[in-house]
Parts: sequence; structure tokens; C-alpha cells
Amino acid sequence: MSTETATNIDIDRNIGDFSYPEKHAFDAGVGLTHDTIDYIAGVKGEADWVREYRHKALDVFNSKPMPTHWASHDLDAIVFDNIRYYLSHGQKANRSWDDVPEDMKRTFERLGIPEQERKFLAGVEAQFDSEAVYSNIKKAVGDQGVIFVGPTEGLRDHPEIFKKWFGKVIPAGDNKFSALNSAVFSGGSFIYVPPGVKVKHPLQAYFRINAENFGQFERTLIIADEGSEVMYMEGCTAPKFETATLHSAVVELVAMKGAKIQYITVQNWSANVFNLVTKRAVAHEEAEVKWIDCNIGSRLTMKYPGVVLKGRKARGEVISIALANDGQHQDTGAKMIHAADETTSNIISKSISVGKGRATYRGLVHVPKHLKGCKNNTECDALLINSTSRTDTYPAITVRGTGNAVQHEASVSQISAEQIFYMQQRGLTEGQAMSLSVNGFVNDLVRQFPMEYSVELKRLIDLEMEGSVG
Amino acid sequence: MSSLVIKDLHVNIGDKEIVRGLSLEVEKGKVHAIMGPNGSGKSTLAKVLGGHPDYTVTSGEVFMDGVNVLEMEPDERARQGIFLAFQYPMEIPGVSIANFLRAAVQARMGKDEELEATEYYARLYEKMDALEMPRNFTSRSVNEGFSGGEKKRNEILQMAMLEPKYAILDETDSGLDIDALRIVSGGVNKLRGPEIGILLITHYQRLLDYIVPDHVHVMVEGRIVMSGGKDLALELEEKGYDWVKEGAGITETAGV
Repeated sequence: MSTETATNIDIDRNIGDFSYPEKHAFDAGVGLTHDTIDYIAGVKGEADWVREYRHKALDVFNSKPMPTHWASHDLDAIVFDNIRYYLSHGQKANRSWDDVPEDMKRTFERLGIPEQERKFLAGVEAQFDSEAVYSNIKKAVGDQGVIFVGPTEGLRDHPEIFKKWFGKVIPAGDNKFSALNSAVFSGGSFIYVPPGVKVKHPLQAYFRINAENFGQFERTLIIADEGSEVMYMEGCTAPKFETATLHSAVVELVAMKGAKIQYITVQNWSANVFNLVTKRAVAHEEAEVKWIDCNIGSRLTMKYPGVVLKGRKARGEVISIALANDGQHQDTGAKMIHAADETTSNIISKSISVGKGRATYRGLVHVPKHLKGCKNNTECDALLINSTSRTDTYPAITVRGTGNAVQHEASVSQISAEQIFYMQQRGLTEGQAMSLSVNGFVNDLVRQFPMEYSVELKRLIDLEMEGSVG
Repeated sequence: MSSLVIKDLHVNIGDKEIVRGLSLEVEKGKVHAIMGPNGSGKSTLAKVLGGHPDYTVTSGEVFMDGVNVLEMEPDERARQGIFLAFQYPMEIPGVSIANFLRAAVQARMGKDEELEATEYYARLYEKMDALEMPRNFTSRSVNEGFSGGEKKRNEILQMAMLEPKYAILDETDSGLDIDALRIVSGGVNKLRGPEIGILLITHYQRLLDYIVPDHVHVMVEGRIVMSGGKDLALELEEKGYDWVKEGAGITETAGV
């Protein structure tokens, strides 16, 4: 990869992906019927089997009830008939800088995003040429035989590679929202890494998705062939200014024998967004899959990255940070399905609830009776910033048989008034004291993020905490 | 003008009066010691000067170099030059001493000033060397898992870095064995000088063997009942607090 491209990657990570919700050349209208599916499949020129897959998924979506018997009743606030399920190319930004909310302008400023990029992020100007950056990346990794395309292109041009796994890790019927995504998916990344190829630089969703200008029902499938390695990053710390309120992505990862996949997400949604995501990986023999997930913002996020440990000695890991500010609910967790001997999994989850914010951890660890030598470690720690915030932990650990070891630790802590006074007595304002405490709480996890992300994350936490002190 | 002046201070916690008309002046360049039995209000005085939100000043005044302190938030008092070495320093998990102090030093600078990392570390290491602290000390999380001695040394290091005008040391000797006491007092003695006024709060006389005060005050039931030179501490050690209480006309049962 050329130095120039590498530089671009580093600089431009500051920018979040962004959608332009108005004046699209192709627009499927509001509401979701089989006509909508035909419209989407038609615009994309998809093969019959894909069209068929979408239609079936829609039936599944319609037949499944909302999962409110276990999840938040806030889901009932989603009006599916009012949502636009497909928008496409040809759109121009038509907002003016004055329309951008003040708090967002301030956040851009504080995150140190240059003026020009702020306007781009806010959907005011489409100056930034992500198309060019994306093709640079594509070219650089293409030389190693890596395929890095969108789902439409992937299913059309490389069916022999992607069809085999598409919808296999997460079937359409896995849950109501995976069915929805399977019906209307658009945008996202399809990646194939050939055997033995170790992709040096992280692949980033930002450029891809932004080049398509759409990311509401993203579909991502990453296949790392035997002995290969890849790191993928999505999202950014800059807030997303969205009018679309439902985001429902599906991410499938396949790590073949001895392969390593790291999938890093940092998301900072605006407070009106329902972010309902299904993420799962299959790890074959001696493969390693690591999800690093940071969720900030949104009205309700439901996300439980999982790893099916299918091959002997496979390893799965979920590292997650969730910050629930006033009026937000972060319902996150992890799933580890042990399906072979000597598989190991590690879950570390830290959540912060501020004001009336609510953080929920749901964990599922399954080790069947016939397996030997499996290990799981689960740690979930919650930090409450004041007495009106709430945290819940729902761990479900099923371990059968005798040759397996499971360890679970959970803690809930609060930043005490004495701690804040101590820090204030050293000259820090109450807000600075809060953010330092919060940063300290997540510090050991933040260190696992790439450098640029961790620096941004710290600044973002500072901003979130600053606003939380009355 | 260069002094911390406390005038007829009355302090409540809830409905209960803890400090009952205390007056004291700590001049720059001097070390004052306040001694007193448990429950005399010594630690309350320290916290009130720091601006702890649990305490209410019902009347009286506190001036630092002529400026009214009681109107300031705790962090502003700190930035203006009041330093409180805590009896029980708090833990801040995940935050290294180096980062904590850096934030504290940064907080004393102007909005547009950026603390130069190399300069900061040069100064930090200079202070640590002077206090004979190992370099790896500041990479540990603030007070987390520290021994009593380490916590107090950390307080002294912070005092050295923040260069306050007035430092209040609350029971700095508590929980220290004799070696730790020697090290911590050595640190305080190094920081003594014409630019700082120090108020030592202690229950025991032994601290004053190591940090020799210019003045000694005895506090009983929220008031200073006796003041004198450094010899007063020795006399007190010999005769006990009952001697002062009797002299002040206070009976044992009236203790707070």
C-alpha cells in the first residue's frame, strides 16, 4: 500500500459515514411490501435467487412478532409503514449549515474536525471525495487478491465465493430484524481474503459505504480463508446526523482454519435512532474472531455480537463499551456458542449509564455436554453516574459436562461524591472529574482500540460527560 | 495580606454544629499545627477549607490573600492555591497518577494553553527525584491498591507538583509506620518555604517531631482553646487533652 493511501486512511477516519436522506434518484417510497422488494431487486439488477431470498425474508419478517417479550417495549414505537427502505445514487446534499443543530456543530469543533469536513459530515456539502479514497484502498488490497466490494457487486460478480456463506451464519429467520435486513439490505461490505494473506492495513467501512451514500440496512460478509488475517473497522466517533430513525444491519464473519478476524465498531448515533444489529461469526479450527464494539448514542441499541466456535481450538472474543446517556438505552452483550473441543471464549463488557440512561448486558454462553476442554471468561462491569440511571445484567450461561471451565464476574460501581470532591480539590471541574473517572473505567478496553480511535474515544467521553453535569 | 485568614467560622453538618467560632491566621512561610482529640472538628475544618459540599458554613469568613474563599467552588479554590492533603485519599481506578496530575496542572493553565508533555514530565521527574520516588510510581492508578504510606506520599507528590499557596495536611501521619512517617515528613520539609503556608492537622505529637511547627493550636469542640509555640505540643503530650479541656472549662461528656 502506498504511503499516500495510508495517510489518507489515518486522516479520514475522523469522519463518520453519512446518509443523505432526501432527493434521491431512486426511491422506493415509504412502507414495505413485496412491490418494494421487486423495486429494490430491479434497481440493483439482482439475480433471481437474491430476489427470491429477499421475498422469503419479507414473509419471515411479517410473520415474526416484535421480541418485546424479552426486549424493550420501546421497539413498539417503530412505525414500519413510515420508513423508506431504499434510496440510491444521484443525491445531492440540500441542507444548509444553519440547519445543523448547535450541539452537533459544537461536537464537530471539539472533536477537532476541520471546517470543510464538518460541513461534509453534517450533510451540507459533498466535497469529500470518498469515491477516490475507496478505490485507492480497493486497489491496494486488490493486489493481494482481496475482494472488497458491496453486497450487490459481491453476489453478482463473485457468487462462487459469497453465495456459499451469505445468510448462512445469520439466516434470515434468526430474528425479526435480521429478516428485515435480509429483505431490504443495501450497502455494506463483502470481503474475501485469500488463504495466507495478511491484510496489513485495516479495511474501513467508511469509505465504502459513503461512496454508496447509504448505510441504513447494511449487509456485511467477511470471509477470511485459511491462515489469513484481516481487521475491519466501521463507524467513527463523529456524531451522525440522521433523519432515518431505523438502522438494522447484519454482519456475518467466516474465519476458516487458522484465520484471524478483528471487527472494530465505534458508533455514535443521534438520539432518535433505533440501532438493531445482528452480528455473528463462525470460527473454524484454530481460528480467532474478535469483536471490539463501542456504542454511544441512539435511542435504543440492541446488539449482541456472537461467535460460533465450530472448530477445535477456535477462539472468540467480544470486547464492548456502551455509554447510555439521558434517554438512551444500550442493550448490548455477547453470545458464545461452543461447538468443538478446546474452544475458548472471552467476553469483557463495560457499560456507563449517565442521568436517566440505561445499560443492559445480555450474555449467552453455551457449552454442550459432550465437549471437553472448553473455557469461557465473562466480565461485565457497570458504572452508574447518578442515582436515576439504571443497569441490568442478564447472563445466561449453560455449561454441561465436566471438562469445561467457566468464569463469570460482574460488578456495579458508582462514582462517589468523595471521589469527585478529591479530584475537584486538585483543580478539576466536576465535569472534568467525571470524564476522567469514566475514561479510567474503560481505560483497559480502550487500549485495545487502534490509537486514533482511542484518542477520539477519550475526547468523545469528555464531551458526553461534560454535558451530563448540571 | 499574604495569609489564609479564618474569622469566627461556624460550620454545620446537617443540624449539628461542628466548628463553633474558630479564628486562625496562617501566614505564608509559616507552619501552623492544629492538635486536638477525636471529634474536635479538626478534619471538618480541613474539608470546609477545601469546599466539601456536605458541610454548611453558617457564619464566619475565610480569606486567602485578601480574597473571599467561601464563595468559590472546590475546584476554583484549588486552582487559586488551596491544597488539601486528604486523610483518606480516594482511589481513581484506571487513571494513572501521571495523567491525573497532568489534568490537574492543565486545569491551572489558560484555555488556549496546551501543557507541553516533555516539559511536564521533566518537572514531574524532578519532583519525584526530590521526593525519592521510583519512576514507575506515577504509572500506577491513583491510590488503587496503595499502602497507607504510598497514599500519603502520593498526596505530597501532588502538593509538590501543584505548588499551592496554602496546604492543609489532614492527619497526614495516620496509618503510617515510622519509616513511612520519616519519608513523608521529609517530603513536607522539602516543600516548606517562604512561598507556602502550611496547616498541619494531627492527633498525635509525634508528627511534630519530624515537621517542626512555628505555632501550635489546640482545638477542642470546634474552637481553638489554646495557642503557643512548638513546646505546647510537648506539654500536651505529657499532660493529655484533659488538661486543656479543664483549662477551657469543657467537660468530657460534652464532646462532639
